[in-house]
Amino acid sequence: MHRVKVRVVEDALDANNTIARANRADFDAHGVTVVNLMSAPGAGKTTLLERVLADGIDGVRVGVLEGDVQGSMDADRLASLHVPVTQLNTDNGFGGECHLDANMVRSALPALPLHDIDLLIIENVGNLVCPAEFHVGEDARVMVSAVTEGEDKPLKYPLMFRTCDLVLVNKLDLMPHLDVDLDRFLHHLDAVHPDVERMLVSARTGEGIDAWRTWLGELVAARSGAAV
Amino acid sequence: MHELSLAGAVIDTVERHAAGRRVTAVYLRVGHLRQVVPDSLAFYFEHVARGTVCEGARLEQELVPALLHCDCGNEWTLDDPVFRCPACGEAGAEVVAGEEFLVESIDVVSEQESACTA
Repeated sequence: MHRVKVRVVEDALDANNTIARANRADFDAHGVTVVNLMSAPGAGKTTLLERVLADGIDGVRVGVLEGDVQGSMDADRLASLHVPVTQLNTDNGFGGECHLDANMVRSALPALPLHDIDLLIIENVGNLVCPAEFHVGEDARVMVSAVTEGEDKPLKYPLMFRTCDLVLVNKLDLMPHLDVDLDRFLHHLDAVHPDVERMLVSARTGEGIDAWRTWLGELVAARSGAAV
Repeated sequence: MHELSLAGAVIDTVERHAAGRRVTAVYLRVGHLRQVVPDSLAFYFEHVARGTVCEGARLEQELVPALLHCDCGNEWTLDDPVFRCPACGEAGAEVVAGEEFLVESIDVVSEQESACTA
């Protein structure tokens, strides 16, 4: 027996990133822009999707990939909006993964109507930690942070807040009932991710939803413009 | 549970490089910004390693402080997650170190070589 040192020098997430690039290449080949939508459980991802998709996005055909540990409740809710929804469960019989990784999304590719959509929104599993680590082949990362979560969350979950391109600050309608200091939240957000784009929204009242719809439309336009 | 996912990713990486040989130690470089709790990663590593070539392997974690560099010339080590330059107030500072999650090297037991030298 012989002990040998083997030099590796490889990011432990390289394997995931390689698959994410393969996903990205497939999305590109179909001209599909991909958004990875992330948040803590209960921040309002599905309700915001319902809101933004109810009236559609001008000239953009949208599909949704729903990631959940178990069940298809979210997918069922979105199905009534007449957008193609594909369910992806991370439950493998051992509790289930707390995030989507590139390989899970890859396994769902054959079920996705890539020929018929321009924008795929991937609703990740509700979790503020692991999803930030795993790229799935997305063009942009959008995270939802509800004001009910408190003003300190950017400081507690900097990995997630640093990795996103847009922060939707949701449940704004509840502000009158909360002791949360929104300015402090935005101050912490700016410390962790200076100048990150943010929108104050309420899935309940519809406030700010148009701005998000416009953002999504512009993202798709910029991507297809770049592809031409 | 972040560490559970990461432990799995470490073991996948190690398995590819171990090429079937038994692993006795794994040397990791972990950046401060990865928010890894070393004890938690060690715990999950031991658990996930069972039944793999990493079973019983020692996990050595070298923690790398987060170092940021701003265009104004200021460089600072990050303690709190404040990424705006404390000197000039600009956004967009570059992370020079602290984002790594690298498997640096592994120690393996090579049965083949012992057979050769026997």
